[in-house]
Amino acid sequence: MQFSGRRRKLAVHSQNDLYSHCLQLYVQPPLENISLSEFETFAVERLKLLKTVENLGVSYVKTTEQYTKKLHAEISNLNFPHKAEVDEASFTKSQVGPSEYEKRRKDHISHFILRLAYCQTEDLRRWFIQQEMDLFRHRFNDLSSKYKTEFLHKNNLKYDTLSADEKMNLKDQLINSTFGFSGITIVEQDFYKVPFQDALDLIRTRKVFLRGGYAYIPHQDIVTIVLNDFRTRLSKALALTARSLPAVQSDERLQPLLNHLSHAYVGQDYSIQKNIGKISLEQIDPLSAKSFPLCMRQLHKSLRENHHLRHGGRMQYGLFLKGIGLTLEQALQFWRSEFIRGKVDADKFDKAYAYSIRHMFGKEGKRTDYTPYSCMKVILSNPPSQGDYHGCPFRHSDPELLKQKLQSYKLSPSGIVQILELVKGMHYQLACQKYFELTHNIEDAGFSLNHPNQYFMESQRLLGGVKEIKKEVEVPQKVQENSVTNGTSVSRQPNTTQAMEEMGDLDSYFADE
Amino acid sequence: MFYSPVTKNYFQNREFSFTLKDDIYVRYQSFSTQNELEKEMQKMNPYKIDIGAVYSHRPSQHNTVKSGTFQALEKELVFDIDMTDYDDVRSCCSAADICSKCWTLMTIAIRILDRALREDFGFQHLLWVYSGRRGVHCWVCDEAARKLSVAARSAVAEYLSLVKGGEETVKKVVLSDPIHPFISQSLSVVEHYFLQYAIVGQELLSSKEGVDKVLNLLPEDVRKDLLLHYQSEKNPTKRWERLKTLVHQKRATSKKGGQYFDKEIMLQYCYPRLDVNVSKGVNHLLKSPFSVHPKTGRISVPIDLRNLDKFDPFEVPTISLICEELDKPRPDEEEEDDTKDKENEIEAGERRKIRDFKRTSLAKYIKLFDQFLDSVARSRKGDMLKKSDLQKDF
Repeated sequence: MQFSGRRRKLAVHSQNDLYSHCLQLYVQPPLENISLSEFETFAVERLKLLKTVENLGVSYVKTTEQYTKKLHAEISNLNFPHKAEVDEASFTKSQVGPSEYEKRRKDHISHFILRLAYCQTEDLRRWFIQQEMDLFRHRFNDLSSKYKTEFLHKNNLKYDTLSADEKMNLKDQLINSTFGFSGITIVEQDFYKVPFQDALDLIRTRKVFLRGGYAYIPHQDIVTIVLNDFRTRLSKALALTARSLPAVQSDERLQPLLNHLSHAYVGQDYSIQKNIGKISLEQIDPLSAKSFPLCMRQLHKSLRENHHLRHGGRMQYGLFLKGIGLTLEQALQFWRSEFIRGKVDADKFDKAYAYSIRHMFGKEGKRTDYTPYSCMKVILSNPPSQGDYHGCPFRHSDPELLKQKLQSYKLSPSGIVQILELVKGMHYQLACQKYFELTHNIEDAGFSLNHPNQYFMESQRLLGGVKEIKKEVEVPQKVQENSVTNGTSVSRQPNTTQAMEEMGDLDSYFADE
Repeated sequence: MFYSPVTKNYFQNREFSFTLKDDIYVRYQSFSTQNELEKEMQKMNPYKIDIGAVYSHRPSQHNTVKSGTFQALEKELVFDIDMTDYDDVRSCCSAADICSKCWTLMTIAIRILDRALREDFGFQHLLWVYSGRRGVHCWVCDEAARKLSVAARSAVAEYLSLVKGGEETVKKVVLSDPIHPFISQSLSVVEHYFLQYAIVGQELLSSKEGVDKVLNLLPEDVRKDLLLHYQSEKNPTKRWERLKTLVHQKRATSKKGGQYFDKEIMLQYCYPRLDVNVSKGVNHLLKSPFSVHPKTGRISVPIDLRNLDKFDPFEVPTISLICEELDKPRPDEEEEDDTKDKENEIEAGERRKIRDFKRTSLAKYIKLFDQFLDSVARSRKGDMLKKSDLQKDF
């Protein structure tokens, strides 16, 4: 994918041709110029959508009504296309909000932008492919039969259908090889002849009839084939994109945005708490057992035991504490008193460690990231090595050790089993949610966990703690060297392009709930 | 192995491996011509010769190629059926031993797999080869087969697999409704041989041990019933009949679906067991047809599927037999040809070789192989004609 394609002039396409189907395989990259702000907005909104896809995917079974309804709602809200049937008139014009054409255009462009951000590592690629596939599957299944067929033809998946006679001749074999078919439904539904190489998953499990090298696939299962095609293409495209990435990254307007997209947390950033100063240092020990997520509980415990934490741990835990309401003075006192008990004397602390704590609170220089880490950030970046205690225990701990730890915290054996199952399935945040449910003795957490400070807030709310903690609209915050006063005032960036240039913190764009 | 003159460097990029004396194994052998291969073989006297994939570069130069670019491009789809994988279900032999009784398992395997590969997958060019000791190999040489990815090969192998589980699994075959046509067809092959092979030959229900093993695969109630019945009924064939009857009754009266215990037993004892790993790998090496088996001296000869039931592994020529036959004096008629060929030494050498083979027991096997190669060539020609027709290239 040539990024420079962006600079070419808009080709003379009739608008109707370009986005004639609401669903596409993202084969051709967009060939137009767009503004930087549209670039950002599109990227961010698609990311929100994909995060929702991920959350819903682990919270609900994908075929249930809840899943479909919620996903459909999110797609609508974020102005992504979902309507296959659109008449000429309303295609390019709309009374309220963007037109269908504009939605499809956004779908197209935003996908390609995110490819740039998510092609860089194996983990990112896997995540991106997974969410895009789930999104595609949902949208494809949503189409009526007519539009499904139209989609297949438009995309060169020219699989022939069986004639009525052929079907009759193979009736028994088709019934015996394809799940959920009887004599009647064989007649009603279309069957496609697909070369077996394109239907490996169905062949491997003998879920379809195979003859002469062709798999005979009912219309309802054709989505599996299409998805395979989708995955293969996207995988190859991402590999290619990664190779042309250096050219893209040399553009300084885009580089910070792309870097942050892949770590972006899409929700509250907990950088401002209304209850600053409401936590006293004495409360931290009991709070760590009651209301801290496992990662922070672990960090606190090792800090107490070793009187020290390495940089990764200090960052993750220090920012978390800021997020729950510690003031700078409290933080300094907290860390100092603990470190002094270890090998660090007061002087050394003031010289080496105090600076970085003040930095966390925005008192020194300018930092790229000072908001408390989200779960995604903890799970995906900076994995712990020997001697480290940071990271996500559900992700980074050896399962056997995790089990022992949970047992030592007196969790029920069946609960531990459930947690370990979730860990095995790589649903780390759900495992933590389960931990929340078990430690608070409730059936259902009632929220979708994606931030350690969210865990704390929800816990406090449940336990009747500080009452003002609510999900509020957070004012976006930008740290500027000269405009920060005593830690709590905020200044809003007046000029978006300037913000882009000085950009260090994408999280400010995701402040709204 | 040449397949077609159009694909450049096919032979040169083919990997061979030799196993030499003292078990020294050399990989990544490659040759520019057939002659070179012959000379090298004569020089090194390998005990075993394996054939691998066709790579992107000459395998003998793989170390000089930038890492990551040396890749296997094509390889025949292969299957390896080994009698030792059936040790838990054959009573006549074990390990490397085979006899005419258990050889039927190979016959069954060949029939089932050959049908499936041809009818279900659409492959046409299959070469079945006796491995020389205790099994058979299948080489699928269609162009489409050679180009299959690892995932595709693995999917084909899994489609063909029904017996699952190792030492720890007692019941290795479980069937549920509906029964896929592939399974039904495989079952008819098994059913054809089962009585004679398993009940009579392997004495499945003759001894207490045998009976216990079979009955272990049945649900409690059927088992109890049969144990009782077998106290008086000693005839194995009748015992099997009773087993089937009871299972059918159970199936008819049961509300649950999928009560195919009799079929599961037949499949567990007879259905082909293939090693998925052999078929999956695009760079896997397999023993070359017509090579000599180091432990038995038997030659890996192609099997004639038209006379499959008559194939006897013990009649397969050994290298010593061939040597004997070659040492016999040549008949007179060939001397005339020799004089004619004095001018052209090389051609004479070639012709002599062919004549020699015809004098040995290998003759019929070479003929089989030639027929196989002819059909591959014809097919290739047919494809090319089609292509040129499409391109209007006359």
